Amino acid sequence: MPTTVPAYGKEAAERLASMADVTADDRALRRFLHGLPGVDAVGLQARAATLGTRSIKTTAKAYAIDLAISMIDLTTLEGADTPGKVRSLCAKGINPDPTDRTVPQVAAICVYGDMVATAKEALKGSGIHVAAVATAFPSGRAALPVKLADTRDAVAAGADEIDMVIDRGAFLSGRYLEVFEEIRQVKEACVREDGTAAHLKVIFETGELQTYDNVRRASWLAMLAGADFIKTSTGKVAVNATPPVTLVLLEAVRDFRAAVGVQVGVKPAGGIRTSKDAIKYLVMVNETLGGEWLSPDWFRFGASSLLNDLLMQRQKLSTGRYSGPDYVTVD
Amino acid sequence: MPVFEYAPAPESRAVVDIAPSYGLFIDGEFGEAGDGKVFKTLSPSSEEVLSEVAQAGAEDVDRAVKAARKAFTTWSALPGSERAKYLFRIARIIQERSRELAVLESLDNGKPIRESRDSDLPLVAAHFFYYAGWADKLAYAGYGTDPKPLGVAGQIIPWNFPLLMLAWKIAPALATGNTVVLKPAETTPLSALFFADICRQAGLPKGVVNIITGDGSTGAELVAHPGIDKVAFTGSTEVGKAIARTVAGTRKKVTLELGGKAANIVFDDAPIDQAVEGIISGIFFNQGHVCCAGSRLLVQESVQDELLDALKRRMGTLRLGDPLDKNTDIGAINSAEQLARIRALADAGEAEGAERWAPACELPSSGYWFAPTLFTGVTQAHRIAREEIFGPVLSVLTFRTPEEAVAKANNTPYGLSAGIWTEKGSRILWMANKLRAGIVWSNTFNKFDPASPFGGYKESGYGREGGRHGLEAYLAGAAQPTSERSEREGERDR
Repeated sequence: MPTTVPAYGKEAAERLASMADVTADDRALRRFLHGLPGVDAVGLQARAATLGTRSIKTTAKAYAIDLAISMIDLTTLEGADTPGKVRSLCAKGINPDPTDRTVPQVAAICVYGDMVATAKEALKGSGIHVAAVATAFPSGRAALPVKLADTRDAVAAGADEIDMVIDRGAFLSGRYLEVFEEIRQVKEACVREDGTAAHLKVIFETGELQTYDNVRRASWLAMLAGADFIKTSTGKVAVNATPPVTLVLLEAVRDFRAAVGVQVGVKPAGGIRTSKDAIKYLVMVNETLGGEWLSPDWFRFGASSLLNDLLMQRQKLSTGRYSGPDYVTVD
Repeated sequence: MPVFEYAPAPESRAVVDIAPSYGLFIDGEFGEAGDGKVFKTLSPSSEEVLSEVAQAGAEDVDRAVKAARKAFTTWSALPGSERAKYLFRIARIIQERSRELAVLESLDNGKPIRESRDSDLPLVAAHFFYYAGWADKLAYAGYGTDPKPLGVAGQIIPWNFPLLMLAWKIAPALATGNTVVLKPAETTPLSALFFADICRQAGLPKGVVNIITGDGSTGAELVAHPGIDKVAFTGSTEVGKAIARTVAGTRKKVTLELGGKAANIVFDDAPIDQAVEGIISGIFFNQGHVCCAGSRLLVQESVQDELLDALKRRMGTLRLGDPLDKNTDIGAINSAEQLARIRALADAGEAEGAERWAPACELPSSGYWFAPTLFTGVTQAHRIAREEIFGPVLSVLTFRTPEEAVAKANNTPYGLSAGIWTEKGSRILWMANKLRAGIVWSNTFNKFDPASPFGGYKESGYGREGGRHGLEAYLAGAAQPTSERSEREGERDR
């Protein structure tokens, strides 16, 4: 098995290596994760709500809408997906509004592993990444060799990014080292033949982790194991991304960079449908992490219907009038 | 690095119509002061003159008290359910006019619209709703089966939460059958005068609520007037002591809500991110013009660096400026006088050797402004650790053990509020029993609710406002003040 080539600098790699003792065994890892500062749910929710009350108008709104479009992982994860559906999604990602060529393109197209080659072909030359969900998405219930094979298959098909799900069962029963090992091995499976590696996004399915303390622990666990991005949800359960949960992720990547020197991205996914919501998330990023994370390199939205609302809002800003869903494409 | 600049989002001034001058509201009518004296009220964020209001003299105070006395006869005889109807009506009108009142309050006081809109006004309405609910249930409040009102209440309120303090005073007084003469602060009289209009809109009988504007001399006249039965004051400890001297030996009942120098205590196992938010709202809420502000941060030595780094980073994101911009976090200091006092105390902090820090922050060219400021290396001996600054200035002290935290927190002439930040529930309960403060918040700060009593120990005053306890101060024959009881209980474990 090839060894991981860290995407970050030598110094950061050394600092990360210096934290190896916290992942030495299950007990050490548990002690470390449970030693992280707790999250007070009431205070966290109040802070997230306050950030949601910022009034973003005119130029700021126009800026935020374009930024949000450029951060979208435009997603189709249906059993009924066909190459045709994926190709039309790719076309939309490249050129979101046929009536307005100034609209930025999206960050990535997110598909199941078997659609990677189709998406890759359709996106050729656009610079848009192909993200593939892997590791027995969305449940994550398969043997590790199967998950690794799933990952390698998607990488071999040309995926630029891998969205993996953690084993929530293992996490909730306290088998942290098992989750850590799994992420580490998937990260290794992201390495391509030429030595470069697909970006690894680790999905926690925060709706199933239940507590904010768990979300913070999962964030650190994934980052210690080498996640390039941490992501809230699959979009396949009842409760997906929420502002408070995303705030915990943002605080975790901020603290992780302060401690280790490695910058990790954040991706809320599932349930973000309106421009208003998306702007609230951007305000949260802006006021928690600042401009360093305000780019598709470090922040993404996992969404399918958000793009159309952003386009309608964008049309409203430029024409002064609301149009309607028939003035944007369905896919 | 991309910069997400928020475009200005100002709330419209057009929703509020401020008259060029206002008279005194006595016996249901607005009228000039007897000697025709007036003074100006300014917008502290721009120094623009908003309006001119009457300066009530001794004769005006006398007229107001007599009007209240006359109204008392009929108002106190109404069934509680009837008084409740008026209070509910007032509460609903406040809700309907809340946008107008929020803009007015931000203009006259300098506080950000975000706070007047989201915090002050909802609480103002909530207080009227809450005490409206008590008006017909007084027999079940625990103060006897047939508690009686005291008579005429002379009420003096401060400039930090003009309308909210009015609600804290007027709502329980009316619910219990008293009539009132209220004097708002000299720098923020407008919302009380708008409230007078709301009383008329609600059809409140004449003389039940009288609003007289003026400075400290008007307040002194009111307190000394023989026709009042009860004095309720919120403001500085200095004035509170003068009031206590004036009423000593008279039959008047008194409640005083005075200064504070609250300790916000952060243990090493605290939820750090939320503690930082609590520290921020504890001291920078309403520009620190809060008597229960968490102005002393007591942080456990082991997390001092981590916490201060996080706090400074967070302070850097606070937005200071136009109070009417919906994205403003910190507004203007209420008056030139208060700004001078904050500056003097901050300078004293530096002179006495504490280290001063403030985020890069551009202050507007007109109006009264003070950047959010942090002092580290503060000791119990520094003036900034002992005196109430009443501004956006936080003093940081450290401790090593819970016992030391308690000792330092209690080592103050004040005792209004305190905060505890820890994930350990047993420690919260242990500390809350040891802290000599009227309110102890755990893992939160500056949270108010009409159902929750509020008041202080020691030089922070006596009596309680809010909740069932708040009724006691307006009822005859009620038991001794709650605060005296708890003071003595507190003695035992000293």
